[in-house]
Amino acid sequence: MKQCKDLKVVAVEYPSDGYVLLKLTDDMPFTDIRGGQFVEIKVEGSPKTFLRRPISVNYVDLEKNELHLLIQLVGDGTRALSELKVGDSLNVLFPLGNGFTQGTAGEKVLLVGGGVGIAPLLEYGRQLVEAKAVPVFLLGGRSSKNLIMLDQYKSIGEVYVTTEDGSMGNKGFVTDSDVLKESSAVKFDRISVCGPKPMMVAVAKFAKQRGIKCEVSLENMMACGLGACLCCVEKTVRGNVCVCKEGPVFDVNDLNW
Amino acid sequence: MSDISVNIAGLKMKNPVMTASGTFGYGLEFADLVNLEDIGGIIVKGTTLNPREGNDYPRMAETPYGMLNCVGLQNKGVDYFCKNIYPQIKDIKTNMIVNVSGSCPEDYAECAAKINDLENIPAIELNISCPNVRQGGMAFGVTTDGASQVVRAVREAYKKTLIVKLSPNVTSISDIARSVEDAGADAVSLINTLMGMSIDIERRKPRLSIKTGGLSGPAIRPVAVRCVYQVSKAVNIPIIGLGGIMTAEDAIEFFMAGANAIEIGTGNFIDPAISVKVAEGINSWLDAHGCKSLNEIVGVID
Repeated sequence: MKQCKDLKVVAVEYPSDGYVLLKLTDDMPFTDIRGGQFVEIKVEGSPKTFLRRPISVNYVDLEKNELHLLIQLVGDGTRALSELKVGDSLNVLFPLGNGFTQGTAGEKVLLVGGGVGIAPLLEYGRQLVEAKAVPVFLLGGRSSKNLIMLDQYKSIGEVYVTTEDGSMGNKGFVTDSDVLKESSAVKFDRISVCGPKPMMVAVAKFAKQRGIKCEVSLENMMACGLGACLCCVEKTVRGNVCVCKEGPVFDVNDLNW
Repeated sequence: MSDISVNIAGLKMKNPVMTASGTFGYGLEFADLVNLEDIGGIIVKGTTLNPREGNDYPRMAETPYGMLNCVGLQNKGVDYFCKNIYPQIKDIKTNMIVNVSGSCPEDYAECAAKINDLENIPAIELNISCPNVRQGGMAFGVTTDGASQVVRAVREAYKKTLIVKLSPNVTSISDIARSVEDAGADAVSLINTLMGMSIDIERRKPRLSIKTGGLSGPAIRPVAVRCVYQVSKAVNIPIIGLGGIMTAEDAIEFFMAGANAIEIGTGNFIDPAISVKVAEGINSWLDAHGCKSLNEIVGVID
């Protein structure tokens, strides 16, 4: 069930330049959230920010009942969010969207993330492990500075890394990773992707060539987050559909890519 | 407790707050977040005779205290509505109103006739003012002849409460209002969005796929209040005011300008429960100011 309520800020961390990690809590447990779902945050103290900001769920700490949001600072709204203090409250509409495909025992899933698109893969990976599936991460960034919180990913599954400047892992894009080479010893049953569109298109193309099932998480600009305003549509085989409601996760075969 | 029930040309509402078309889906999208039956009326997404895919993405741009949209009346058509959506919404205990759009008077009338047959839809809102499709109605809504032509055609086909939604993108909204009143409208709602444009200067491209769109949100509120005031001096039928209402105080402004009821649109995106909060706030405001009923403040500006 969707809720719109004030959550309490319990931690504001800065894992790297240009990022903020918000940890929120509530009296009610965060049990109802699927990896790949998102929230819409009402931003206070930013006159230029009128609409809510959609942010993916980075992690749900069930023990501490914390909802973690990893946010890249791109404009006035996200900057205002980075200035929150412990004890502040934040009005959040959640959980929104469909989320990634739920895991089944024994399957091996490659989770490909680029830039801040790595954020939702952490919670998804955690839920895959919970479902006795095996997540393998392939994370790409411009440089090692963009590949943050790697230890957390490593605690959940194997991690492969690419950087455009070669400062960590394979040099190049995620599609240049050794793990995707025909000769790679790592085999997987399906792929879930979140990142910049060109990266997702490239991974989708790779998956289609290899005949591997692939889903991608889109981030079209949106207003309501509930499927009412019809602003965030993506063209699919079923016509224009709302990314906020029928997505953000789509099977690549449903998209006109 | 003040009396905030209203009667808009036979349409009885427990409170004067409605949700505006295109901002509240079919109500169902908000069912987890607000008690739908506490809303005076829910105006569902613009419906056309034939299905429409709407415009290409991007359809939205955030602007100072508002947003632009160019959705372009995406909907699955009136037959789909009657068959698949109506059964899901017909038992919601509030006024479920359908916004009707079209590209020629005959289409409007045919669409309205089909909705006339739906027992639990007590009213339609005729959209003669959509700025986002070439033949999306605004062509009709900007001339007195065009407006009265469409309203006359629909009036023949539609027997229940007929609300006509007016465009602010005109020289004299009072003239348009008078012409739809003469053509048989039971009430008018205003304003639809203001035509606007926003440019991404780094890419040297418009932010919206069809370059222009409709501006909504608090940025347009003073324009809307002015339009309501002018129209209230021009017609004798009830007026439903809308444009950037976010609080009860905003709504009170519209009542004082001459509105009998209000709609909340873009505000639903910021707070999904805003309509009920505004209704409660209107009640409190009236109580605090010693008013026994909403009528005491409607049109108090001379």
